[in-house]
Amino acid sequence: MAVLPVLAYPDARLQRVSVPVECFDDDLRKFAGDLTETMYAGPGGVGIAAPQVDRLLRIVVVDVRPRLGEACHGLMVLINPELVAWEGMAVGREGCMSVPDFTGNVIRAEKIQVRARDVQGRDRFYECEGFEARAVQHEMDHLDGLLFLDRLVSRKTDLFRRKKYQTREPGPA
Amino acid sequence: MSQALLTVIGEDRPGIVAAVTQALYVADCAIGDASMMRLGGYFTIMQVIEYSRDFGTVEAALDPAVRRLGLRVHLDPISSLPQQEDVANVRITVYGADHPGIVASVTGALAGLGFNIIDLESERSGNPERPLYVMVIQGSAPGGVENVRKILEPLKEQEGIEISVHATDTVLF
Repeated sequence: MAVLPVLAYPDARLQRVSVPVECFDDDLRKFAGDLTETMYAGPGGVGIAAPQVDRLLRIVVVDVRPRLGEACHGLMVLINPELVAWEGMAVGREGCMSVPDFTGNVIRAEKIQVRARDVQGRDRFYECEGFEARAVQHEMDHLDGLLFLDRLVSRKTDLFRRKKYQTREPGPA
Repeated sequence: MSQALLTVIGEDRPGIVAAVTQALYVADCAIGDASMMRLGGYFTIMQVIEYSRDFGTVEAALDPAVRRLGLRVHLDPISSLPQQEDVANVRITVYGADHPGIVASVTGALAGLGFNIIDLESERSGNPERPLYVMVIQGSAPGGVENVRKILEPLKEQEGIEISVHATDTVLF
């Protein structure tokens, strides 16, 4: 196991799109272990994505126990993750170890369902909400070359303000 | 480099930001933190600028834009302060039928807690006969979110307003 160096914006490598994992072998498991150790060594310590350590593979690791205790899924190694459903919206202030010293408001889904493989290649399915759902969405964005900077909303943006745009014309459904 | 706080106001119209920032750029100024928004039909700019030459040069550079767009400009020299350590951990939303005293009573209660307001935005809207007042405050509550809820609770009835208090922890991924 080893702590890997983490890329920091404006490194252009963070904006590349990662490719699916095809080979579930010992090399993959070793890398997943290193990635997990790198996550725990980070300032946030609750999530990381492979492209942050310069490996263009669709792998994210999330473990929000440092924040939520046992009221979560614990360590999740999500390989080739796919968001299959989401609901709700919440504003939250995020930071990222690849974007030092900057935080900003981002809107994320409150509840998500994710399908992924584990390090053995087995199918996995998770339902996450709240903080854990936010962490998974933040890390999955890295796989598509997106940073939370790409999703910043103005300080003035608030769900409260959005309500007035959500009224619909009455009419047939 | 010296720092100044530049204030600009003028009747809102397209091109104000472009004209002001272009003039600053040509005068070798760098723009730091800025808040630019429309208030009551006026466009307002408050921004920290760094300038390498003297005040007179900055004012002279802005002069054509000031005349053309009917702007009022004010420059205050400021010293550079160290980065503030406190971050917003609470967001307070207040709304209700507009009447004098809402802001004073809410912020007075918050000041009693040592709450530091980092961002306050408000809007008077609705029907002119029955105006609605909406305010969103973000700030740092040293005693946490529950103390804020408790101290604001009596104001709901006293002022006839709705108040909601949300924790807005910054999460580092």
